[in-house]
Amino acid sequence: MESKALAKAVRIDVVEMIHRSHASHIGSALSIVDILSVLYTDIMKYDTADPAWEGRDRLVLSKGHAGSALYAVLAEVGFFPKSWLENYDLNGSPLSGHVSHKGVPGVEFSTGSLGHGACVACGMALASKLNGKTNRTFAIVGDGECDEGSIWEMAMFANHFRLSDFTLIVDCNGLQSFGPCEETIELLDLGRKFRDFGWNVMEVEGHDHDALRKAFSARPSNGRPTCVIAKTVKGKGVSFMENNVLWHYRDPQGEEYERALSELQGAEQ
Amino acid sequence: MRNTLVKTLTEEALKDNTIMLLTGDLGFNVLNKFYDVLPQQYVNAGISEQNMTSVAAGLALSGKKVFTYSIGNFSTLRCFEQIRNDICYHNANVKVVSLAAGFAYGPLGMSHHATEDIACMRSLPNMRVFSPADPLETIAVTKAAITSDGPCYIRLGKGGEPNLREAFDIENFEVGKAYQLRDGKANVCIFSTGSVTKEAILAAEQLKDRGSIPVYTFPTVKPIDEEFIRACAERYDAILTLEEHNIVGGLGGAVAEVLAENPSRARLIRLGLRDVFSSVVGDVAYLRHYYKIDAEAVVTALEKVLK
Ligand SMILES: Cc1ncc(C[n+]2csc(CCOP(=O)(O)OP(=O)(O)O)c2C)c(N)n1
Repeated sequence: MESKALAKAVRIDVVEMIHRSHASHIGSALSIVDILSVLYTDIMKYDTADPAWEGRDRLVLSKGHAGSALYAVLAEVGFFPKSWLENYDLNGSPLSGHVSHKGVPGVEFSTGSLGHGACVACGMALASKLNGKTNRTFAIVGDGECDEGSIWEMAMFANHFRLSDFTLIVDCNGLQSFGPCEETIELLDLGRKFRDFGWNVMEVEGHDHDALRKAFSARPSNGRPTCVIAKTVKGKGVSFMENNVLWHYRDPQGEEYERALSELQGAEQ
Repeated sequence: MRNTLVKTLTEEALKDNTIMLLTGDLGFNVLNKFYDVLPQQYVNAGISEQNMTSVAAGLALSGKKVFTYSIGNFSTLRCFEQIRNDICYHNANVKVVSLAAGFAYGPLGMSHHATEDIACMRSLPNMRVFSPADPLETIAVTKAAITSDGPCYIRLGKGGEPNLREAFDIENFEVGKAYQLRDGKANVCIFSTGSVTKEAILAAEQLKDRGSIPVYTFPTVKPIDEEFIRACAERYDAILTLEEHNIVGGLGGAVAEVLAENPSRARLIRLGLRDVFSSVVGDVAYLRHYYKIDAEAVVTALEKVLK
């Protein structure tokens, strides 16, 4: 599947999953669909028949509350049956609201408490380097998540140990729990911060697949880790969810559900 | 319970401008009742629980009465050493609040289940641990937290819990006391804490043909009501503890410690998570059933010891 087609299918999956289970965080999930779709079609090496294949690239979704998007991508690319998505967040399902690895092929690591996953991914990248492996490691964090001190401890560490195969993707949608990040705790110029911490930094439109592909494929040769700052829109793809903090919490029902689906189905690939 | 806490806190903070509320970027549509009227006494510290907790200690050591607020394990385990060294060791006047104890966040997953928090908080010197069972107990412990100096932890349910009694004498609430919810003459009794107490009441109701089973709540888990536990140990053949928490170090653990030092008649039956993570996905009712801490599990356990 092409990345655009994957993204379209995943957005529809996410809306259906959250509609069925009355879960939260739909805006957070829609924000990272294009990032995940490009990674899983054109960038990452993996084997759906052998999820534990040693040579695979690793991805940790540090903003684990957007788990619905990751689960949908994993199902669409064939790690597990799509029918599993029907029970997302419901009694007895393996798919909890936040990302869980237990019994879910393709999930590298369980998250949900912000500011852990990126640091664990950093550890995986260090192991690859120590073992002389060339696989890549990716982590996706939210911009609000960058409030956590652990992110900046990791940022110093990853540079210090020259984890050049480690790519941190910041899903910069500008919103967190109560509203704009800048009104919560000023992040100022995140790109500049990571540059000052020694990283290669690329700032891209987070819904432009070509731009994402280019950023993820660029492999700077200076031995330092890479941070891709993806400028995204929370709720991307459903007009009334876009940039609206309410959709951090709300689930689409009735007319809202119908409208969300028809907008996504009508969207060009 | 969360709305009850915020309402009580807001009322008290209107009278006392040294009260401050710090949140770790949580409480959308909940904390607005506080910050809409008291913006100067409110701080959103962002998603940075460790810094928030140390800042709270600094504020408290400068004369403020500080409440830190977050959900699940974020206000407790995430910043455990800050609570230990900065708050407890300095006996700083900080009240740590966590919303949605136990499985209250149901299908969100284990990261959001607070099932070891009582054990951790209880292990800290100077820390008192409150775990209200209903909104009435929530008002009582919130007021007690404000009027007494020093650290405490308040473990709340999520919201929408019913009151489990008609009346509760909040004005005369005593920290460190167990409270009777249901009278009874059976040879066994139930000790419970937190919103899972509802299951204890249901179980007692279901067993009423077999005898009337007394139910006691522990809105304060630390200091634990030792005297009362000792008295019950003499009076009953068995004490059943019920908690939405690991049996290690929680209410059952606290009661076990008292009984071990005061051997007596009663045997102890602890219901809670049996030292596992709640990795199964489901809503609260589903998880209570799965992990055998619902009314049915209480009934099954008591049937074996009821005379
Ligand atoms: C340690 C921790 N604190 C608080 C939360 C609750 N929480 C879940 S999502 C969220 C906001 C996240 O904002 P951001 O990282 O920008 O991601 P977005 O949802 O905007 O994509 C918060 C505070 C959490 N999951 N973990």
